[in-house]
Amino acid sequence: MIAAGSWGAAFTRAFLTDHRYLAYLSGLKTTALISVFAIILGILIGLVVAVGKVSAKGNRKLWIIGGICNIYTTVIRGTPVMVQLLIIYNLVFTSRNTNEIVVGAVCFGINSGAYVAEIIRAGLESVDRGQMEAGRSLGFSYLQTMRLIIVPQAVKNILPALGNELITLIKETSVAGVIAVTDLTKAAQYVGSVTFDILTPLFIAALTYLVIVLILTRLLKALEGRMSRSDRY
Amino acid sequence: MYFQLEKCTIRKAQARNRACILFREGFIMKKKQVLCILLAGAMAVSLAACGSSSASTSSSGASASSGSTGSSDTLIVGTEAGFAPYEYMSGDEVVGVDMDISKAIADDMGKKLVIKNMDFDGALVAVQSGKVDMVAAGVSVSDERKEVMDFSHEYVDSTEVVVVNASQPNVKTAGSELAGSDLDGKIVAVQQGNIADSWVSSGDNCKPSDIKRYTKFAQAAEDLKNNKVDCIVMDQYPAQELVSSNPELKVMDGVLFEDKYAIAVKKGNEELLTEINKVIDKLKEDGKIDEFISNHASSAASSSDSSSK
Repeated sequence: MIAAGSWGAAFTRAFLTDHRYLAYLSGLKTTALISVFAIILGILIGLVVAVGKVSAKGNRKLWIIGGICNIYTTVIRGTPVMVQLLIIYNLVFTSRNTNEIVVGAVCFGINSGAYVAEIIRAGLESVDRGQMEAGRSLGFSYLQTMRLIIVPQAVKNILPALGNELITLIKETSVAGVIAVTDLTKAAQYVGSVTFDILTPLFIAALTYLVIVLILTRLLKALEGRMSRSDRY
Repeated sequence: MYFQLEKCTIRKAQARNRACILFREGFIMKKKQVLCILLAGAMAVSLAACGSSSASTSSSGASASSGSTGSSDTLIVGTEAGFAPYEYMSGDEVVGVDMDISKAIADDMGKKLVIKNMDFDGALVAVQSGKVDMVAAGVSVSDERKEVMDFSHEYVDSTEVVVVNASQPNVKTAGSELAGSDLDGKIVAVQQGNIADSWVSSGDNCKPSDIKRYTKFAQAAEDLKNNKVDCIVMDQYPAQELVSSNPELKVMDGVLFEDKYAIAVKKGNEELLTEINKVIDKLKEDGKIDEFISNHASSAASSSDSSSK
């Protein structure tokens, strides 16, 4: 009973007193904004880079594009996202009117793009070679075969891994606090700085992340179920 | 797999060659259109984001080259909201003594105050690069800092004290008064980039066995409770707030060292410095700063009192 009482008091102090839930809410808003824009940007970059890589593989003339795409994925996947964030913040976005949410979204988008590119490339390459050969022999052009035969089959293979990447990205935005942006994690830390009880706000933040991820997992599962409706194996 | 291909091909070929509009095809087209619109929208948003950020880069480039902030209608202040009563979070807003002073400066200049909440050492870098106009975060004036940024008139005397674990204090006053030598051989916690950091890091003042640098005092307090560190060196007001919420900790009698807080601006920004000094002098004259301190010290204390009841 005493333990429960003190837990309740700690929760009240960390969440209700002084309208502190507003801090979590605005932090959650920042986290959501960064995540959504980063996901959109990441998928766009990932698509372009994956197509570049796959095309370059079958065509010697495109070696420059293939090289650029390879350098991009190597550098981005080979360095920590926190370091990338600090470099982009201090090197590229040095203006006085910098919007930190834009910096975060751009940085996490570029970062995620490299992983998404590899996921999409793997998905495209997982489709049997015979599909491309059959498509070409039936008179489709390379692009038509890609669009009508390879990509629809690849999407199914890509979705679970892509969903995983989205979940990772949302959680990874918690390092955004190193630039002057107050995301959910940093909001929790600041509430802890006022109450000098750091654990309770961190539990609240952890629970919030968990709920977001659970909702997202459900949505992705529903989408996968919809996609597999045409499976007849 | 080949069966799949055949089906797909035949269906497409039918749709293409004979232009027979099946319901199913129409549905697929619709989905495609939706996807196209979505992608286009996403592209537009990302382009707009790029456009706006590049536009702001150019405008700030212009203002930086003229060396003034007169072209903008905002005053951006950098701070670290883990330093009650000087700056702390209330709801989703940053408030505190420094914020009241900043507000007074912004009001006097007829500008809108924008508060950027960042790590303390990050704020001191941001003011040098011009990302923020000034830093009001309990910044102590030191010769090292004076070389890379300019300081306003000092607005408050700060007293640095030592916080220890109440049940088993690992730091003891050897002489009649608290001295730097009392920290010799101890693990000392400070905030990264804070004046206490440079004070304990200088071998002339004390020779701790290890210095742990935190970005948040709350984390340092947690580690002190668990005896991971022997003491925290920090300003007396935040220290009082800290021990009032943590009965396991106590402030040692005596003063380790004293210094003064001022507002930091980018080196050479005379125009803004003159404004800030004018307002600070006025506030000091009217006794407003003491009022701010007592307001925030009491409000922070009362909120922790009410919650402990």
